[in-house]
Amino acid sequence: MTKQVRQLDRVIIRFAGDSGDGMQLTGDRFTQETAAFGNDLSTLPNFPAEIRAPAGTLPGVSSFQLHFADHDILTPGDAPNVLVAMNPAALKANVGDLPRGADLIVNTDEFTKRALAKVGYAANPLEDGSLDEYRVHSLPLTSMTVKALEDFDISKKDAERAKNMFALGLLSWLYHRPTEATVRFLEVKFAKKPEIMKANIAAFQAGWNYGETTESFSVSYEVKPATLPPGLYRNISGNMALAYGLIAASVRSGLPLFLGSYPITPASDILHELSKHKRFGVRTFQAEDEIAAVGAALGASFGGALGVTTTSGPGLALKAETVGLGVATELPLVVIDVQRAGPSTGMPTKTEQADLLQAMYGRNGEAPVPVVAPATPSDCFATAIEAARIAVKYRTPVILLSDGYLANGSEPWQVPEVDALPQIDPAFAQPGQEEFQPFKRNPDTLARPWAVPGTAGLEHRIGGIEKADGSGNISYDPDNHDLMVRLRQAKIDGIARDIAPVAVDDPDGDARVLVLGWGGTYGAIAAAVRRIRVSGDKVAQAHLRHLNPFPANLEEVLRSYDKVIVPEINLGQLALILRGRFLVDVIGYNRVRGLPFKAEELADVIRDVINS
Amino acid sequence: MSDPLALVPKDPERQTAKDFKTDQEVRWCPGCGDYAILAAVQGFLPELGLKRENIVFVSGIGCSSRFPYYMNTYGMHSIHGRAPAIATGLASSRPDLSVWVVTGDGDALSIGGNHLIHALRRNVNLKILLFNNRIYGLTKGQYSPTSEIGKITKSTPLGSLDSPFNPISLAIGAEASFVARTIDSDRKHLQSVLREAATHNGTALVEIYQNCNIFNDDAFAPLKNPETRDDVTIRLEHGEPIVFGANRDKALRRSASGSLEVVPADSPDVLVHDATNPDPSLAFALSRLDSPAFEHTPIGIFRNVERPSYDELMRTQIDEAIAQQGQGDLAALLGSGDTWRID
Repeated sequence: MTKQVRQLDRVIIRFAGDSGDGMQLTGDRFTQETAAFGNDLSTLPNFPAEIRAPAGTLPGVSSFQLHFADHDILTPGDAPNVLVAMNPAALKANVGDLPRGADLIVNTDEFTKRALAKVGYAANPLEDGSLDEYRVHSLPLTSMTVKALEDFDISKKDAERAKNMFALGLLSWLYHRPTEATVRFLEVKFAKKPEIMKANIAAFQAGWNYGETTESFSVSYEVKPATLPPGLYRNISGNMALAYGLIAASVRSGLPLFLGSYPITPASDILHELSKHKRFGVRTFQAEDEIAAVGAALGASFGGALGVTTTSGPGLALKAETVGLGVATELPLVVIDVQRAGPSTGMPTKTEQADLLQAMYGRNGEAPVPVVAPATPSDCFATAIEAARIAVKYRTPVILLSDGYLANGSEPWQVPEVDALPQIDPAFAQPGQEEFQPFKRNPDTLARPWAVPGTAGLEHRIGGIEKADGSGNISYDPDNHDLMVRLRQAKIDGIARDIAPVAVDDPDGDARVLVLGWGGTYGAIAAAVRRIRVSGDKVAQAHLRHLNPFPANLEEVLRSYDKVIVPEINLGQLALILRGRFLVDVIGYNRVRGLPFKAEELADVIRDVINS
Repeated sequence: MSDPLALVPKDPERQTAKDFKTDQEVRWCPGCGDYAILAAVQGFLPELGLKRENIVFVSGIGCSSRFPYYMNTYGMHSIHGRAPAIATGLASSRPDLSVWVVTGDGDALSIGGNHLIHALRRNVNLKILLFNNRIYGLTKGQYSPTSEIGKITKSTPLGSLDSPFNPISLAIGAEASFVARTIDSDRKHLQSVLREAATHNGTALVEIYQNCNIFNDDAFAPLKNPETRDDVTIRLEHGEPIVFGANRDKALRRSASGSLEVVPADSPDVLVHDATNPDPSLAFALSRLDSPAFEHTPIGIFRNVERPSYDELMRTQIDEAIAQQGQGDLAALLGSGDTWRID
C-alpha cells in the first residue's frame, strides 16, 4: 500500500505524559531529528517541579511542545496540531489547548477505569463522543511496545518504559524525520546496558514500522527544510547558550572563568554544562549557599578571574548584599538570574519576568548595576558575552535576566565564527611612576583600575566602606560620599554611549503604535506583529536587550509613536520604569501564568490598541 | 606533603615588620587586644619571606575585620560573615597567593557560621584568624555566640539564654585539618602557631583569645593573670606529654570511660599529645576541657593532619582534563554536537 504524502509548511506537536514517561527525552530527540532535517524550530518544555509527582495525576503531567516549519518561526506555537497523550491525565491537562480538527494520538492501554477516575473522568472520553471534533488515533502503545520487545531479555517494566521510543518512532515516520541520530543517541545513552539499548532501538523502529503498515494513519506529512542563511547550525537551549557565551567571554578576554553557583531550578544546567569544560580552565565551585556562590565569584574577580554566579530569583535576593559589595568595590562580576515564577519559591519550573525591579533596585543604598536580557534561547550566547564585556570594561557587577522559557526552550543557532566575537580587554592596572590610586577613574568610562594581587607596587585595600575619591581610603566625608554616589551612577549611565541604539522594526515608517518588549517575550511579540501586518494593519516593534542603562535613543523612539504597548510577564515592571524615567504613558499588557505569551493573544491586544 | 606556599613567589629582599605597616591610622580602642595581634602578624610575616603583593588579607565585618587596612598587602574588607566564601574564590583560583582571613566570634560563628564550617571541610588554602573576645564590639556590646550563658549585656539585660559555641570543638566537628588556639597577649606563642598555620596545606583555623577592654574586659583573666595563668593553661606541644601547672605537677590521662582526667604528673599513662592523629576524638576531648571558669584551658595546636587542599584538587582536575583532551578549542566547542550545514 502506498500511503499518501501531504505537504505542510509548519506543524506544532505536543508530547504529554506522566513525568516518569520520558516526554522531555522524547521531545528532545524529535527536536534533534527535526534540527538535523533542516527545519526551523522552537520548543517549549513544560514540566512539574516534582521529580516524580504522583503517577497518573494532573500535577504530574509533563509535556514538550515543538513547532517546526519550512520558514523561519519565532515561537513554540500557540496551539498544537498534534497531541500525543500517554495517559488520561495528559489528555485532560492538554486537550483544552487543542484546536478543532487536530490530531490526537492516545495510548489506550493507560485508559483504565482507575486511571480515568483518578483525574475525574466519569466516562471514558475515547468512547463518550467528547473528542469527536478531533482526529483521534486510539493506539495501545504500551502493549504494542511490550509485544515488540518480547524476545528481549528485559523485565516487563523495562519493556513498558520503552513506549516513549515507540511513540517517537511513530511520529518520526509520520513526519519523515531522519532516525540515524536517535539510534546513535540510544547507543551512547545505554552503552552500559546493551540489552536495554537494543530494546529501545527496537521499540523506536517498531513505532516507525507500525506507522508504515497500519491503517490508522493513511497520510504522512512532509515539512520541507527552511531556507536559513548559509552556515553551520546546531540546536541550542538558552542555558546551554549562556554556558557557551561565558566560555567564549573567558577565551576572548583571556580571563579564567570562575563560576560560583548553588543548585537552583531553572539555572542549574548552566553549572552542569560549565563543569564539563575544565579543559578551558573553567573552575566551577558548587558553594554551600547562594551567598557563598556569589562571594566566591567576587573573590575570584578580585584575583583577576572572570567571576560569574548563576541563580534564579530567590537566589538573587540572597546575593543582593554581595552584589552591593561588588558595586562598592567596583569589581567585574556577572550575575545570571534565570527568572522563574515567584514570589518566594513560587513555581520553580515555570517562567516569569518579575525580577526586573529586583535586578534594578534590590540592594541597599544607591547601587546601580547594568542589566541585560536575552531575547531568544540562542541570543543568550551573545548576551552573556555582552554582560561580561560591560562587567570587565566598567568594573561592575552586571545582572543578566534570562527566564525559564529561554533556559529550557531551544532553537537552531548559526554557529558564529570565533574571530567575529567581541574581544574583551581586561586592561589590568600596571605599576607606574605615581603613587597608586585604586579609585582614580578613567576619564572616559569612569572605570577604576583593576589591580590584581601579585602586581608589585599596587598593593591596596578595598571594601564596602565608603572610599575617598581617588585614594580609596576610608572616608566619612559628606561631600565625598555625595560625589562617590554620583560617580558610581554616572559610570553606569555612561554605558549608554557604548551600546547599540534600540532598533525599531517599522517597515514603512508610518506605524502609530509601537510594541516594546524585553527578554524572552521577543518571539511571541514578533510573531504577533507579523500577524498584524499580514492582516494589513501597521505596527512597529522594538525590543530591549539593555534594561540599564537604556539605549540612548529610547526616549526619542517612545515619543515618536502615538501609543506604546509594553507586554510583560509581570505586573508592569518595565512600564513602571519607563513612566518614571520618561513620563511616557505606556500601555501595559500583563499576564503572569507561568507560561510564555501566545502570538494570537498579543495580536488581539495590538489590534485592540490600533483600533481604539 | 604539598607545600601550600610552593607557588607563592619569594621576596629576594630581607623584610621587616615595618614593610607590612600601612600609612593608615589604626582606629581600634586604646588597649584593645587587636593591636597585639596586628604587631605579632606584622612581626611574623617577614619570616615567610613571601612577596608582599602575593599576600592577601580578607575580612568580614566587626572590629577585627578592620585588620586588612593596616596590612601593606592586598586586602579586602568585605561584608558580614562572608570572608571565608570570598577568600575561597580567591584562593582556589590563585595558587600563587597566600590568603588570610581575619574574623571575629560574631562574624565567623554567627552570621558567617555556614561559610566557616564549609571552608573547613573543603580544606581550601586559607589561614583563618578568629579573634574571639566573646562579645559584639562594633555594635557596642551585645552578647556573641561565644559568650557564656547568662551573660548580661545590652541585648540581654536578664542574661543570655543560649549555650555558646566552642570554636575548637566546632572546627574539629567540621572536619578541619588544622585547629589551634592562642592568646593575644602571648606574642611568642601566637607567632609559633602562625608559623605552623602558614605552612599547613589547607584551611587552618587559629582561634585567638582577644581581650575587648571596653565591652568584655578581663574575659580571659585567669589565662593572663601571672598568678593563675600557669596553673590553668595547658600548653599543647606535639609529641610531648601533656603536663601543666605552675609546678608542672598536673597531667592529663584518659580515664576508663574514655574522657580526659587530670592526674598527678608522675602518674602512669600520661597522655602524649599527637596533633597528627587521624582520629579527631582526642583533639575533640581536649577542646572540651575549656570551660567558662577556665579551670584548665588548652592552647596550642589541637589538630594538624594532612589532607589534600580543595584548590590543589581543583587544579588537578583542570590539569588532567587538559592533559587528556588538550586545551579547550572554542571553535570546536561551539560547533560540537548534532550540527548541520546550510549552503
